[in-house]
Amino acid sequence: MADKNGFFDLSKTGLTSKTGLTRRTALKGLAAGAGLAVAPGFVRYSQAQSSAPIKIGFQSHRTGIGAAYGRWYEKTTAAAVKAINAAGGINGRQVEVIIEDDGTDPGRGAEVVGKFATQHKTDIVFGTLFSHVVIGSAPAAGENKMPYFVVSEGHHVASTKLNRYVFQPGITDVKSQIQSMAPWIAANAGKKVTQIFPDFAFGYDHRDYLPPALKAQGAEVIAQIAIPPTESSFTKYFPQIPAETEVIYHVMVGPAVLTFVKELGEFYGSNRPQLFGFIDSLEATDINSPGLEFLDGSHFWEGSPRYAQTDDSEAQKAYRAAVGIDDNGAAVGDPKDVSTAAHMFGCWETLYVVKKAMEDAGYKGPQDRAKLVEATEALTEFAEGPEHPQGPKTFNGKIHQCFGIQNISKIEGGKLKVVHKTKIEDGLYEAEGDYTTQAL
Amino acid sequence: MSEASPAKAYALHLGVIALLFVLSFLLPEYYHGLLARIMVLAVFAMGYNMLFGYVGLLSLGHAMFFAAGLYGAGLAVIQLGWSVPAAFLCGIACGAVVALVIGLLALRTTGVAFMIVTMMFAQVFYLLILYFASWTGGDQGMVVPQPARVLVFGATSLELTNPTVRYMTALVLFSIVLLVTLAIVRSRYGRVLVAIRENEERTKMLGYDTFSNKLAAVVVSGSICAASGAAYALLFGYVGSSFASVQYSILPLLWVLLGGAATTLGPLIGTLFMYYVIDITSGYTSAYLLIVGIALILLVLFFPKGILGSIRQRWLGWLP
Repeated sequence: MADKNGFFDLSKTGLTSKTGLTRRTALKGLAAGAGLAVAPGFVRYSQAQSSAPIKIGFQSHRTGIGAAYGRWYEKTTAAAVKAINAAGGINGRQVEVIIEDDGTDPGRGAEVVGKFATQHKTDIVFGTLFSHVVIGSAPAAGENKMPYFVVSEGHHVASTKLNRYVFQPGITDVKSQIQSMAPWIAANAGKKVTQIFPDFAFGYDHRDYLPPALKAQGAEVIAQIAIPPTESSFTKYFPQIPAETEVIYHVMVGPAVLTFVKELGEFYGSNRPQLFGFIDSLEATDINSPGLEFLDGSHFWEGSPRYAQTDDSEAQKAYRAAVGIDDNGAAVGDPKDVSTAAHMFGCWETLYVVKKAMEDAGYKGPQDRAKLVEATEALTEFAEGPEHPQGPKTFNGKIHQCFGIQNISKIEGGKLKVVHKTKIEDGLYEAEGDYTTQAL
Repeated sequence: MSEASPAKAYALHLGVIALLFVLSFLLPEYYHGLLARIMVLAVFAMGYNMLFGYVGLLSLGHAMFFAAGLYGAGLAVIQLGWSVPAAFLCGIACGAVVALVIGLLALRTTGVAFMIVTMMFAQVFYLLILYFASWTGGDQGMVVPQPARVLVFGATSLELTNPTVRYMTALVLFSIVLLVTLAIVRSRYGRVLVAIRENEERTKMLGYDTFSNKLAAVVVSGSICAASGAAYALLFGYVGSSFASVQYSILPLLWVLLGGAATTLGPLIGTLFMYYVIDITSGYTSAYLLIVGIALILLVLFFPKGILGSIRQRWLGWLP
C-alpha cells in the first residue's frame, strides 16, 4: 500500500552541520523542511533518488461488476512484483504497488488515475480491465502525462482513439482474438454460424469482427441475435436460430450466463449444433457448475489455459505456481475459488514489459515518463519464457498493442483441454492509426 | 424559518465563492483536481435540489438530464466538431428539451408514481444510449478528444485540460448556478414553488397554475443538471452510459439529503462530504460503501434535515 513517509530527516538536509545552531534557526529549518515535505515537488524529488522504489499505481476493480477479475488481477500482480523484486527489481530499484479501487466505474476510474498522478506520484498506472473504465480513465492519463498500461483485451487501445500514454502490451485485443479464431471455426466446427451476443459494446466487437473474418475463410454468419443486457430468460430468442446453423457462436457474459446455457440445453436437448464461445462468459466460474453440463464437448477461446496441460512449458508451470493456481485453475487450497486464468496472465506479462521498457529508457523517475513511452513504443517482440509464459508476442508500437497466440479448448470430462493453438499471424490486422505521431 | 436580508444571503454565497477561489491556490494538486470535479457535480445536485428541495418532487430519473447534457455536448464535439461554447449550449438545450417532454408526461403523476415514472423514463433513456451505440459508444462510452477541449477567445486559447483553467471554469459554472438558484428561491416564483411543496391544493385555490409552475421547475432543474453534464464531458473528456444509469439518479438525491434539501449550499456540502468519505475510506478498505452507509445512517439520526438543514433548524434560521 501507499508509502507515507511523513518524517523529515534533519541529518540529510545539512541543517545539522551548521555550527551555532540557535533555537530560532532550528525552528526556521523545521518549518522550511515541513514546507518542503508537503510541497508537491518534494515527493517527485525524493522518488528520483536511485534507492527509492518504483511506484506502480494499480487501478483495481476491487468492487463493482469487475470484482472477481480484480481480485485475481491483484494476486497475479503481487506474484509478478514479488518475482521482479526477488530478481533485483527494475534498474536496481524495488517495485512497490499502490492499489486504489475504481469500483469498476469510469468516473471513479478517472479520479483514481488523477490520484495516482497527483497524490501518490506513481511512476505509471497499470492493471485496468473493463473497457468502459479504460476509456473513461484514458483522458486523465493523457492529461497527467501518465503512462497507463491496461490489461483489458478491448480493441479501444489499438483503435488509436485514446492517447499516446495508453498501452496494452500484455494481452491480445479482442479484434485480433476473434480474427484468429475464424480459421479453426471454419475448418473444424462448421461454415454456417449463428452469433448470440449481449446487446452492448462487448458483444458488438464480436458482431462486427467475426463476419469478415469468417468470410475470409469461406464461412459465413447466417444470423446475429443480440440479447438486451437486462434479459434474464433467453428461450424466446432461440427460435430465431436458423435451422441450417452448424455452429452457435456465443459470448454471453454476466450472472445470466448460467441460465442462458441451461435454457439452450433444454431447447436443443442432445441434438445441438456445434458450440463455440469465449471463456469470458465463465471466467471465475466452475465449469462443472450445475446447469453447465450442456457445454460438454463444446469449444472455447482461452487466452491462457485455465487447466494445466500435459505439454505446459516450464515457464507456464512456474507462472502457475507463483500465482498460486492448481491444475484446475483454482486457488491452491480452495478448489471453489476459480481464477480468471484466460486474462490475468496479462498482468504478469505487462509488468515485465514495463520492466524492459524502463530498463531500456534508463528510467529514473516521473521526469522520464516521455522516455518510457518512447522506449515502450520501440519494443517489437517478446519471447516466450518466464517473463511471457502465455507465449511469444509481437508488439506494434504505433498502435500500442501486442499480438500473441490464442488457445482453443474443448470441454472434456469436466475440464478444458487445449486442442488448437493459433499463430500470431492469424490475428494481425492493418493498423488503424499511429499514436507515435501525437505529441508527448 | 426567519428570512435573511438579501445582503446577508448574497454575502454568504459570495463568501463561499471567494473561499473556493482562494482554495484554488492553497489545495494540494490532487484535491485541487478533485474539488473541480466536486463543483461540477454539485451543480448536478443543485439542479436536483431545485425540484426535490423546493417543489417536493422526488425524481429517480435525473441521470437522464445529466446524461442529456453530457451527450449533447460530447457528441456535438465528437460527431459534429462544434466548439466548446456551442457544445456546452447544445448540452443545456438537450437537457431542457428532454426535461420539457418528460415534465409534460411525468407531472401527470405525483408521489410514488412520479418516482417510478421518472425512473422508467431514465431507464428508457439509458437503453436508448446503448441501442444507438454506433453514435454514443454504448456502454464503453467515448473520449472527447483533448485537442478539441479548448476555449478560444480571439487570439487567446485556454485548454480545459489545464488544471487551473478547469478549476476556474468549474468555479464559474458553480458560481453562476449558485447565484441563479439563490435568486430563484428568493423570488416570487421560488415562493410559489415552496407553496406547492407545502400544500398544492391550497396554492391552486389561491389562483396559481401549479402544473405550469412545476413544469417550469422541471425544465430549470433539468437544464441545470444538463449544464453539469455538459461541463463534465468538456472538462473531463469522457461521455459514457454509466452516467445515465440509475446510480447517477440516486447520487444527487443522496448528496442533497446529506447537505440539506431546500438549502442553496446544501448540495455542495453533501457532494463534498460524500466524495471525501469515499475517497478517504476506500484507501483503507474495500468495504468503504459499508462505511458510507453507516455515515449516512448516523447523519439521518443526528441531522435528519441534512447538514445545513439541521444547522438552519437549530442555529441559523436565516440560511437560505
